[in-house]
Amino acid sequence: MTAAEAPAGRQLVYTLAITEGVRQALQEEPLAFMAGEDVAGAGSVFGIYRGLLDEFGPDRVIDTPISESGIIGLAVGAGATGLKPIVDIMFMDFIGECMDEIVNQLAKMRYMFGGKATLPVTVLTMSGAGMNLAAQHSQSLEAWLCHTPGLKVVMPATAYDVKGAIITAAREPNPVFVVMCKGLMALPGEVPEEPYDLPIGKAVVRREGDGLTIVAHGRMIHEATKAADILEGEGVSAEVIDPLWLQPLDTDTIIDSVSKTHNALVVHEAVRFGGVGAEIAAQIAELAFDHLDAPVGRVAAPFSPVPFSPVLEQTYVPNAERIAAEARSILGLG
Amino acid sequence: MLGRSDARDGVPIPLCTEDAVANSSQAMEPSEEVLQDLHFRMVRIRHFEEEAGKLMEQGKSPGALHLYIGEEAVASGVMVHLSDQDQITSTHRGHGHLVAKGGEFKKMYAELYGRETGYNKGRGGSMHISNVDAGMLGANGIVAAGPPIAVGAAFSNKYLARIAGRDSMNVAVPFFGDGATNEGAFHEAANMAAIWKLPVVFVCENNGFGEFTRQEDHQAISDIADRAAGYGMPGVICDGMDAVAVWEAAGEAIERARSGGGPTLVECKTYRYVDHVGLRGIGLNYRTDEELEEWKKRDPIEQHEKRLVEMGVMTEEEIQAVHDAVMADITESIEFAENSPLPDPADLLNDVYTPTAAS
Ligand SMILES: Cc1ncc(C[n+]2csc(CCOP(=O)(O)OP(=O)(O)O)c2C)c(N)n1
Ligand SMILES: [Mg+2]
Repeated sequence: MTAAEAPAGRQLVYTLAITEGVRQALQEEPLAFMAGEDVAGAGSVFGIYRGLLDEFGPDRVIDTPISESGIIGLAVGAGATGLKPIVDIMFMDFIGECMDEIVNQLAKMRYMFGGKATLPVTVLTMSGAGMNLAAQHSQSLEAWLCHTPGLKVVMPATAYDVKGAIITAAREPNPVFVVMCKGLMALPGEVPEEPYDLPIGKAVVRREGDGLTIVAHGRMIHEATKAADILEGEGVSAEVIDPLWLQPLDTDTIIDSVSKTHNALVVHEAVRFGGVGAEIAAQIAELAFDHLDAPVGRVAAPFSPVPFSPVLEQTYVPNAERIAAEARSILGLG
Repeated sequence: MLGRSDARDGVPIPLCTEDAVANSSQAMEPSEEVLQDLHFRMVRIRHFEEEAGKLMEQGKSPGALHLYIGEEAVASGVMVHLSDQDQITSTHRGHGHLVAKGGEFKKMYAELYGRETGYNKGRGGSMHISNVDAGMLGANGIVAAGPPIAVGAAFSNKYLARIAGRDSMNVAVPFFGDGATNEGAFHEAANMAAIWKLPVVFVCENNGFGEFTRQEDHQAISDIADRAAGYGMPGVICDGMDAVAVWEAAGEAIERARSGGGPTLVECKTYRYVDHVGLRGIGLNYRTDEELEEWKKRDPIEQHEKRLVEMGVMTEEEIQAVHDAVMADITESIEFAENSPLPDPADLLNDVYTPTAAS
């Protein structure tokens, strides 16, 4: 049977894949509970947890006050004492409210206690720009988290990956941030009905090619794929790699690809300076220097807050055209 | 006819001079002028918001708008006591605060449209709309971000009054919701204001909900004013649907803050008529139509207009004329916004930093 003849799997949109991931995580683990602002009665402002309150009841699906440090603190304390918290920080921008609980408590408790504490905590949060929500509701702050030893960070950009990432995080005995993309909420994709997890720290090759490696994460994976289409029409074969896990990062897959293509372009929506792309570019330079035909390129947001005005926001957020243009420049094509 | 009002660009806006403010906050009963002023401010908010909501739902105003409809008496009753030298901090539901503080519709709609002519040059939009020149230190996308900033402004007010040898201080007023009082930031701000006796008046707009969660599900008290005792400051409750009640409660607290008596927590019980975001919202079933109708019976503008007519302060015709003038201002301002230039993408990086003085 060829791929074309294979029966199409069940399709779910990204938001419903999130719901299903949380539902199955709660089903398979009686010690798991979900808490966050408006997650229960309202099913989240994004509608991603609809139905969970009805199914699991108010002891396991819990509306919290607007208290982000309280929410992460709850997860730390409950996680360290035997429960499996799944907590939601509505917009990723709000992690500013709870950075101490994240960085100084959640991430470090196990290490500081000589390995005597376990923090099986899942944090779900929505990132990204493109919806004219301005500087405090549009950020991609994954680099803050990846810089913190003790946390794992996954940034799923397909319906399949978001469900898998949630279940993986819920089963994992470490704190995992599942950074979701609000710009992808309506994106459909094939999602198996049964629970499944993702290999932690394993990248996905989204498209194979041999002329250039584009490493992109989050929503940018889709722009990178579009850029690869554009480049294909120009005779350039781009390989597109989605690290998926930013912490731990799948260095091997990236290096193998660059060793084959000899050119690398790193793309993300977060600001360029000090972004995860800087780490990826540095690793490529360290480990694949001899294979490179040109310096590693980067496409990311400029160094400003996310602007409100749609014309500015469109300039701010990277897109396929800018990725393709940077690829051409790396390859000396114009 | 429009009460205490000023004109900028030929359009009347509420007057925010220090003299006018001193007159109003030292009075025991609101003068006719103040009653008209309260009305004017509320009508400006109501129409501004209704039109803004329509623009959002027509897809003309990008992003998300949190509307203030139903809560007009709170911003208006407080703001009558504040001059441009007094500061406020606002919330995600911030248009009403700026309108009441003398915000010009042209610059406001232009901001909602993301135009260069907007208050924030289109960089901030609804959730960050501001007018620092008139002491409006911004709407805010972060719940409870305002109170600590207001404490900083009040610290500055006290410091500068001391340097200038003035007894009377400018006052900083943070507005915040019932939901916001569950953030640590609120607690830290209230405590600091109290220990340093800063000129702050904490105005809680208790509309009974944080987003879609009822107050009884997010805190174990029903009167947020009770929290004041925990900080060692007075806490008062007023009817947030009655502009005069707010005027009275806020006036006393602001007077005390101005003269060095320290902070007060003023809780205004109110209700938002429309959904958390936009006019129609996302259709969640978290409150009943009956509850909404009950509150609407005490509509702040209708109640106040009834009072104005009964007291003989304004005739029906004069009241209608206020609405008409405000609507005319809105029509002209929306046109202005629609015809205003967009920001130039080449300017994207402007204003990230203040230029460092050349040495
Ligand atoms: C730190 C933070 N957490 C959560 C949110 C999301 N949010 C926006 S408005 C809101 C409810 C605020 O309730 P309240 O303070 O009562 O103000 P109201 O909307 O009722 O005026 C929430 C939870 C936010 N913007 N910032
Ligand atoms: Mg509220």
